[in-house]
Amino acid sequence: MTRGRWFAPSLVVALAAALTFLTLPVVAIFVRTSPANLLGALDDPGVLDALWLSLRTTLIAVAIIVVVGTPAAYLLATRTFRGHALVVTLVELPLVLPPAVAGVGLLAALGPGGIAGGAIEDAGLRLVFETAGVVVALTFVAAPFFIRGAQAAFGAVDRSWLEASRTLGAGEARTFLRVAIPAAAPGMLAGLALAWGRAVGEFGATLIFAGSFRGRTQTAPLAIYERLGTDFDAALALSAVLVAIAGALLLSAKLLGVRGVARAAR
Amino acid sequence: MLRVEARTTLGAFALDAALEVPAGSCLALAGPSGAGKSTLLRIAAGLMRPQRGRVTCGDDVWLDTATGRQVAPELRACGYVFQDYALFGHMAVWQNVAYGLRGLARAERRRRAEELLARFGIAQLADERPRTLSGGERQRVALARALAPKPRVLLLDEPLSALDARTRASASRELAGVLRDTGVPALLVTHDFTEAAVLGDRVAVIDAGQIVQEGTAGELAAAPGSSFIADFTGAVVLTGVARPGPGADEVTVVDLDGGGVATSTDRGSGAVALSVHPWEISLEPAGARGEGSAQNHLDAEVVTVTRVANRVRVALAAPQPLVAEITGAAVGELHLAPGVRVTATWKATATRLVSL
Repeated sequence: MTRGRWFAPSLVVALAAALTFLTLPVVAIFVRTSPANLLGALDDPGVLDALWLSLRTTLIAVAIIVVVGTPAAYLLATRTFRGHALVVTLVELPLVLPPAVAGVGLLAALGPGGIAGGAIEDAGLRLVFETAGVVVALTFVAAPFFIRGAQAAFGAVDRSWLEASRTLGAGEARTFLRVAIPAAAPGMLAGLALAWGRAVGEFGATLIFAGSFRGRTQTAPLAIYERLGTDFDAALALSAVLVAIAGALLLSAKLLGVRGVARAAR
Repeated sequence: MLRVEARTTLGAFALDAALEVPAGSCLALAGPSGAGKSTLLRIAAGLMRPQRGRVTCGDDVWLDTATGRQVAPELRACGYVFQDYALFGHMAVWQNVAYGLRGLARAERRRRAEELLARFGIAQLADERPRTLSGGERQRVALARALAPKPRVLLLDEPLSALDARTRASASRELAGVLRDTGVPALLVTHDFTEAAVLGDRVAVIDAGQIVQEGTAGELAAAPGSSFIADFTGAVVLTGVARPGPGADEVTVVDLDGGGVATSTDRGSGAVALSVHPWEISLEPAGARGEGSAQNHLDAEVVTVTRVANRVRVALAAPQPLVAEITGAAVGELHLAPGVRVTATWKATATRLVSL
């Protein structure tokens, strides 16, 4: 008995330390200043502009990610081909890319002097320092979260369901819409929540590629950074809103993930 | 008429098989797992493409690797019952059944689905989710779903293997009825020879990717082409009506259909199937009611004598056909040849009963 006595308590100590360290900043955001101050700071038109811009850009980015990412994830989940693993790795690359690198890369690719910059200019599009550029940066960093989740969800759909659909007269497209997507929906939504959470918090790539102009490219995280020195209460208020959004998204991802796993197990 | 010819290799496994199923008849494709049964079924449905092969249904060519013709699975109208039934978990039972009904209003699709469910005695389950159903109910839903679009061919992959022993007997009887009624070619895959014998008009035994013998179940059991088939065909099955035996032993006496009685130590009543392994049956000169302990004696006439490896299969004509497996020496001693009359003998303790 004496030999093992220190082990279990030390696990508890480690967890307690981790929990304290990881939650303290979140708690501090809400207790550092009074709730009245927080709400008052939200009245600032600049703060509201930033939140509104964040909402619009993240929704557009997530919509693009879902529309393009869903069929791409389905292909990755249901087909094997030469270079499959390489394609999966490339799609996941933005997950580990430093955001600043992502921003520089986007500039080099899509900026005025970038390798595809000319084509974009010819098409009459302007991305750098524009709201559209924010959407591009958000899509770039957040897409892998959704594609990974959707690919795993499609991969977990019983192959015989898809085959049964085919033998019952449904073509590939109908099988995709009527069987694969509904069956994979919980996992896809979990991936979507994570992607959205990543997009809402995006900072580095957006700053480098789109800049930080109020009302045009200054999303909530950029607004927090700008107010740090001048209006700490406003920074705290914005942070509190983002914490609430992030918490809600994480919770829904967890719940959907649990439901998806439970459904798959039945 | 469904015709399937396929040659394909999957790693070390090579499939080279051809089969034909006439309309209104069921061919049971029986063999051990990994023999290539399901692969043939998937090729017939178009879920898999063999390296070389040809699949035709009536005058329609579904697959011809020589000409490059390949019809997509959704255009073949195959009713396919999957091994685990593959019911769509996100749809109600009636929606599963109605899935293959196209170009109809929702109300009409629901009406037709319910009609089919009623035929299988599960109309009350229309709004349930598949996960709440028992194995037997799922099997019926899968069958109803496969039949709903009026398929031109019925393909069944181990349709009874997911059921427990009690459900299996009734599901098997019901399935036999469905197969009789549909009037389309049916190809059924099973690893169980008894199931193949009950459900198939003919049985093709497949082993290591090759069809090793095809015939009626009786033919295969009586004259197996190899020791593998002899082992695989397993028990002789007789049917009859069970009643309690006399005395305090609580044995069961079965009045066999067509005449004769047999005794079993299993309990049973009403219509039963009685099974005994060919190697449990010994042969004696006609009329002998031996001194031994065996309780069962049936007079029979030798039909064929087939040597299989180091043993001999003797097919016997009795009110119901029997097969005995004996040694070559015994054949000589009894002068066994077609037409010779013998008495088949086996123990009550080697006799299994299954309620029908």
